[in-house]
Order: sequence, then structure tokens, then C-alpha cells
Amino acid sequence: MNTTNLAEALPRVYEQPQEQKTIIALKDVNIYYGSFQAVKQASLDIYEHQVTAFIGPSGCGKSTVLRSINRMNDMIRGSRIEGSVRFHDHDLYASDVDPVLIRRKIGMVFQKPNPFPKSIYENIAWGARINGFRGDYDELVETSLRSAALWDEVKDKLKQNALRLSGGQQQRLCIARTIAVQPQVILMDEPASALDPIATGRIEELILELKNSYTIIIVTHNMGQASRVSDHTAFFMVDEKRRGYLEEYAPTEQLFLNPAHKKTEEYISGKFG
Amino acid sequence: MIQHVGNHPFGKKHRPHEVVIETLLFLFALFSILITVGIAFILVRESFLFFADPDVDLLGFLTGKVWQPMIGLFGFLPLLNATLTTSLIAMLLGIPLGLFVAIYLAEYASDRVRGFLKPTLEVLAGIPTIVYGYFALTFMTPLLRSLFGESRVDIYNTASAGLVIGILVLPMIATMAEDAITSVPKDLRLAAYALGGTSIETTFKVVIPAALSGLSATFLLALSRAIGETMVVALAAGAGPNLTANPFKAAETITGYIVRISGGDVSYNSVDYNSIFALGLVLFVITFTLNLVSRKISGLFHQEYD
Amino acid sequence: MQSEILFGTDEQMTSLMQKRKAGGVVWKVVFLFATSLAILFLLLLLVSVIDSTFGYVAVRNEVEPSQLVAGKDEVSEFSRAELETVLQEHLSSGILRRVIHEKPLEERSDKDLVSLAEQYVIKPSVVQTWGLGDSLLETASIKEFMAANEGLHLTFRSWINWSFLTSDQSANPLNAGVRTAFLGSLWIIMITFVFAFPIGVGAAIYLEEYAVDNKLNRMLQLNIFNLSAVPSIIYGLLGLAVFVRSMEHFTSGAFLSSVADTTANGRTILSGGLTLALLVLPIIIINTQEALKAVPDSLRMSSYGIGATKWQTIASHVLPASIDRILTGTILALSRALGETAPLVVIGASTFISVDPSSVFSKFTTLPIQIYQWSARPQGAYRNVAGAAIITLLLLLMAMNSFAIIMRDKISKKKRMES
Repeated sequence: MNTTNLAEALPRVYEQPQEQKTIIALKDVNIYYGSFQAVKQASLDIYEHQVTAFIGPSGCGKSTVLRSINRMNDMIRGSRIEGSVRFHDHDLYASDVDPVLIRRKIGMVFQKPNPFPKSIYENIAWGARINGFRGDYDELVETSLRSAALWDEVKDKLKQNALRLSGGQQQRLCIARTIAVQPQVILMDEPASALDPIATGRIEELILELKNSYTIIIVTHNMGQASRVSDHTAFFMVDEKRRGYLEEYAPTEQLFLNPAHKKTEEYISGKFG
Repeated sequence: MIQHVGNHPFGKKHRPHEVVIETLLFLFALFSILITVGIAFILVRESFLFFADPDVDLLGFLTGKVWQPMIGLFGFLPLLNATLTTSLIAMLLGIPLGLFVAIYLAEYASDRVRGFLKPTLEVLAGIPTIVYGYFALTFMTPLLRSLFGESRVDIYNTASAGLVIGILVLPMIATMAEDAITSVPKDLRLAAYALGGTSIETTFKVVIPAALSGLSATFLLALSRAIGETMVVALAAGAGPNLTANPFKAAETITGYIVRISGGDVSYNSVDYNSIFALGLVLFVITFTLNLVSRKISGLFHQEYD
Repeated sequence: MQSEILFGTDEQMTSLMQKRKAGGVVWKVVFLFATSLAILFLLLLLVSVIDSTFGYVAVRNEVEPSQLVAGKDEVSEFSRAELETVLQEHLSSGILRRVIHEKPLEERSDKDLVSLAEQYVIKPSVVQTWGLGDSLLETASIKEFMAANEGLHLTFRSWINWSFLTSDQSANPLNAGVRTAFLGSLWIIMITFVFAFPIGVGAAIYLEEYAVDNKLNRMLQLNIFNLSAVPSIIYGLLGLAVFVRSMEHFTSGAFLSSVADTTANGRTILSGGLTLALLVLPIIIINTQEALKAVPDSLRMSSYGIGATKWQTIASHVLPASIDRILTGTILALSRALGETAPLVVIGASTFISVDPSSVFSKFTTLPIQIYQWSARPQGAYRNVAGAAIITLLLLLMAMNSFAIIMRDKISKKKRMES
């Protein structure tokens, strides 16, 4: 009954939209771990089909904010959030919201590549299967691996255990795995920090390709990376009580070339961090 | 006084007592090898005497269906069969139950529940096996007899012993399986959640498969423990070898036989006396192999995630 | 939207989600059920032991006290003069002579005389016993039983009581006690401790602090793990062949001029203790290694940093920092020894001993062996005696473990104060 061609169904290359459309809106977000406040009053809008980078010194709460967007903070005992996180105008923290469904729409790639100890094929198929995918799995695996620029390297060894791939390949597999459940947003938590420069370059190229189809938010320590891949950059800082807050948020070019705040300028010129 | 070997102040010093201490400690560690060698040597030597007896031959021992030393029949299949029956029943109860408790502890229990459950398991594990034997005799057997009818269930039977051994290995399985499950990297769980997996899907389709080698090692060790368990079968499974597939009938296991014969007045160098060493050798070979394989598998498991 | 086609509509997604969640709930119920079952087993185990330790017992006296002294139904109501007369008149001359030889009647306490009268004159025997549950709930059928059988006395009895803890064994379950078994157990674990502790801790220090990663040391480690999982009955066979037979001259005490007990052969406390020492050695080694692993490396480095040698570092820093855990681990291992039955049966522990062990060359019985013997007897009353012995054993184990915990807390508190 479902004869739709997958290539048609999968995201097409979009024209860069003239007007930036907000897909995720954070408003006055405070995040606590037990009694410790990790993030203070963060408010920002994430635009559809753009790459947004979160930068800042360690402990500034940028990863915490990232994880609040697909409710991965729920996994940490004692974590608590105030304020609102809206996705397409739905409050993600409303009481009737199922975090499991959110994570299918808002996927995540982690700092350290974490493929399942299964075959390459199964790594991709698993997420789709549990979410009730009805199409052709072989096709899904191929399309996802192609989108993650990994297909040519692994097409002959799909049954091989994913743990035997190199670190960079593993990370692209994790991206392919995320794409396979067809999210709208992909969160990336320092996706290249565990990789060598060549593998990092590939991931960056991949991000630039993926932004046509997905909204991407990337946390990075590497300012060069932020300036290369992102359209918007959010700079987070730590206050005297070790709480993270958003210092400045602007289009990337503007933030790097002409920062409005002094702290931003000091950070991007390497005075601290 | 400290003597310098070279003629500069940093030359090597002779510290005889350091060497003596290290050697002594090494000998202590080596002593453990001596125990293993001793066990192997004793069992093999006495078994050799057993098989040298004119009534006994190796083939008859391995394939004989009757064990009756009185009339010179030494087929160990009835004993082996009873051992396997009790162990199988124990595993059927202990593995699923222990695994479920482990999953609950590792993935779902709140800190407060864990704080209560872990000591409970430790208490269960610390109770001497003879008490479990008493439990089999005074609780499990009457329970089985009232459930299935006194005519069908003997006073001594392998089912009761097997079930109680299952309870006996439960805390061990639960504790070791929990270790295996918790040592699966957290990253994998997060990855599964990030793909929209529910907690149960994450547990069964990602965590458990990833912990599989650690879990198999646990199950093998539990099996070895069940096969070597003595007091429960000595009290509840029955005296007298009996080749039967019916778990409600009495049948003596390898360990039960060894305890009964050695507990009686048996004279040294009789064929009875030597037979318990031959059976001991069988038991040792089985359990030692299981332990070794278990150890190798769990070694692989740790390599995977290091 | 593309994903609607491939993953179904939102409605289908929701219904799938409900199914997935329902599956999750079912499994969580299964986990909870399994866990409750584990707890239930522990409760049942304790309940079944307690059930047989307390309850009604129907006793038939060979001679009723009222037949001896009119109007008095209990021996304990007899006066001193009556007691002495009863004993003089009703004891057979042989027994009377032996009793008087031990201690003249006049010098014995009232209590002593009462127990003599009960043992040799009244001679009560158990006809029927009821568990605690039946005693509380089945009073009607107990009354029926008493009505159907005349001349029985029904009393509510705690099978564990002072005289149970302090008397020898006896052919009569009413008089049976665990004193010799209790002392036997203590002697045995003392020997076990003396041999296993130094060797075990020494071996652990070697493996953790000295051993380099080579083939021999890896084999040592693997071997220790294997030994810890060898069935205890195998150790019994080893002990039987080595300590009882090959080393009989030594373990029986025959090499000393004062032979303690010629009938023991090699089946002595020494053999039993040594056998259990081999059994717990791998456990002590593993537990001690864990304790040593927990000592931070920075402590060793700072000691080396000021010019200490390896042994100085171990003796004055590593061991003091880990001694609490080492002792706790050792006590856990000794609890294991205390509960072991099979190896001691195999090396030939005696089962009927009424003389307290006096040296390491004495014959012995232990609590678990008594429990085994009593449980295996067909007469119902011995089940109750076994239950009482189990409670004694469990209390002893609890005492040891509490001792370990208290000591660990004390030492760690002291360590905190010093630091």
C-alpha cells in the first residue's frame, strides 16, 4: 500500500529561505542539577535550515542547553528546568508531552562516537524499526549512509560490526543513524572533538550539506569550526556563581568580526577560555 | 649500615630484607598454584587406583546405566543425570529471575529501593547452603507434594532440590548480571534514547545485547555453582543412584553420592573410597572448564569496552 | 510531510507509541514481580526456620511426676528432700553410682537435680510437634489430637533456649544441645584464620603491588579466580587425601608425645581448619586485592617521592590505608567457612560428640554438620532441633558480620581523625 518512492520522500534541497523561520524558541530557561543552577535565563530562537553554533568556555552550560532541546537532561537524576522550550509552537515540557516522540523529531549526535555493538546495517535500521518504519529497509540504509557520505566506504561490509570502523567513520555512521529516523532537527554535541583533523574536515563538509534538509545545532569548543560551518553563533559565558548564561547571539559573521560585547571579543581573540 | 655498590652516592643499595619479603610474598601467591596442582594430582592418583580395580573399566564408567558398587556396577550416568536434572531446574528458575532482578536494579530501581534490595541479596547470598537444604526439605518438598499430589512427588526428589538451588544462585546471578549491565557504556543508552527508543526498548535491544558476553559468563559460573552444590541435594534429592527423567523421583547426584559415602564409615583403599575421587575428578573437570570458559568470555567482554 | 508517509500518520504514531509503552509497562511489572519473588524467598526461608523453632510439642512421660509425689505435676515443684529421695529410689544403681561419682547429690544445685530427675526418671519422649504457624492457627486440630491420645502433655516450647545452647548432644531431641558443635565451629574458624589470613594477604600484596604483567602472574590471577569457583566438596576430597591421610602423623597429634585423642586419626580440628583455610584462601586473596586496589596511587607516589622503598611504602602507607577493607573481606570469607558443611563431612567430622574439643587434635563437629545430621533424621522432632541450630548459626554469622561492620567504621573513623 505504500509505494511512495523513497528518494521523493526524503528531504530535497531547499532554496535558502528569504525569511528566517523560527523552529525552536527558548525563553528564560533555567536548568538545575539538584541545588546547583547550571544555566541562567537563556533565551534564543533557532532558525529552520540554518546551522547554529553554541560556543563558550567549559562549564558555560552550552551542552546543557543543547540537551534540554530534546529532553536528554531527563536522563540525569535530579535535573530540573524552568522557563519554556518551544518546538513549532509546542511546549516541549508540557505535562502531556512524550519525550520519546520528541527525540525522534529532534535527533542527537554525541561527542564520542557511540555506535551500537551491532552490524552497520542494524545500527541504521534499529531506530527506524522501533519507530514503526514501513518502507524498504535496504533503501533506507543506503540513502541514510549516502546522506552521511559513508556509503562508498561501507557498502561492501554492511554486515560488519560497526565497532570495527574508524572513529571518523563511526561518527558519520552515528549521523546516518540519526538521519534514518528522519528528524527535523539534529543536535550535535562537539561531534568532531574526538576525531583527527581529516575526519573533522569531513564532518564539517557533511554539516554544510545536511543543513539544506535539516536544522542543525552544534556545540563546539573550536571557534574556527563555528565560523566555518554555522550561520548563527550563540556565545555562552559563566558568571561568578558558576552559572552559565547567554552572553551574545548573532549571525556568525557579525559575532566574529564585530562582536557587540567586550567579553565576546576577549573570548574570540583568545584572551581566556 | 648501608653499603654502596658503586663508588658514587646513587649506586644500587643492597636491601636484603626487601628481596626476602618479595620472595616470601611471591611464594604465598605461588601457593595457590600448589592447591590447584594438589587437587588435580590427588584426584587423578586416586581415580587411577579406582580404574585399576578389576571390577571397574573406563567404558563401563562412562556409559553404564547402573551404579551399584555392591554388585560391581560402576556406571556413572545415573549420578550425572541427576546432577544435570537438578542443575537444569536450578538454571530455569535462577537465570530468568536473576536477570530480571538485575535489570530492575541496574535500570529502574530508585536509589532507595536499591539501598534495600542490595543488602537483601547479600543476606540471601550469605546464608549457608545447608540452610537452603533444610528449606528444600521443610518447605519446597511439602509445597510440591501438595501442589502435584503426594503420590506423584516422592519425599526426596530432584525438582525440590533443583528449585532451591535456583534460589541459592539467584543472588549471585543478580549481582554479577547487574555488574555486566551497568558496565555497558552510558553513551549507548543515550544513543538509543536519542533515536526515540523507550526505556524498555533501550534495555532489551541495546543494553542486554551489548552485555551479552558478560551475562553468558555469569550464567556459566552459576551453572558451575549449581553442579557443584552439595548440601541441598544431599538433604533433598534422595540417597541412592537412580536413572530417571522424572524430576519428582528421588535420584542421587554426584555430589550427593560423595557426601553420603564419605560421611559413612568407608575404609581407605576400598573401591568405594576410590570411587568418590573418580567422581570428584569428573566434577572438577566439568566445573573447572565452565569457570575457565566463563572467565575467558568475561575477559573478552571487558576488552570490548576498554 | 515526508515522514508521515514512511512512519505513518501522527495517529498511527500515537497508537504505536501506546503499544510500545504498554509493552514497557508489562515488562516493568515482570521485573518487579521477579524482585518481589526474590525477597519472598528470603522471607519464606526465615519463616520456615522460625516456624519449626517454636511451637507446641506433645510429650509422653514414662513416669508421671504425680506418681512420684502425690499432687505435684511438675518436677520443678518438688522440694529438695523429695528430689533427693526420688533420685535415690528410682535411678538404677549403675547410673546413681556414676552421678554420685561425678558430684554427690548433696552438693548439686536444685536445678541440677531437677534435670537429672527429668532425664533419668520421668524420661519424657516427643510424640508430636507442631510448627509456630500450626500452633497459632490450628488449635482445634491440636486439641483433637490431644483428646484422641490420652496421657500426653502439651507444652509450648522454644526449641532454642539456654539449655539447648549449653548442653551436649543427646539421643533425646528434648535434651539435645549444640555446645560441642558451637565450640567446634569456633575452633575450626580460628585455625582457618591463622593459616589463611597471612598467606592470603601476602599473596594479594604480591599480586597487587609487586607482580608485573607477565604470563606467570596472569596465570596466578586466573588460577585464583578459578579456585574461588571450585565446588567446596572438592576441597573436602583434597583435605581427606592430604591432611587426614597423608599427614595423619602430624594432624592427629601423634608426633607429639602427649597424644590428645587416639581415636581421631587425622580427622581432627586441625585437618578441618586447614581444609577450610584452602577453601577461603582464594576469597581472602580476591577481597584483599580489591582493598589494595582502592588505595589511591597518589599515596604510593608520595611515599616513593620521599625516598621510601617498596616494602616501606606498603607497610607504612598502603596497608594502614586498606586494613579496614582487608579485615572486612576476611571476616566475610570466614563467614563462608563457618557455614561450610560438605568439605567437613567429606574429611570425616564426627557427628556424635559429647566431649568439648580440648585442642586442635580433638575430634570435632560443627554447627552446620549438626544441622545436616538433625535435618536428615526421619523423626519429626529433630527438624525442630535443626531449626533451633540454624537460628544459632545465623545469629553467630550475624554477630560476625556486625562485628566486621563496627570494626570497619571504627577504623575508618580513626583514619579520618588522623588525616
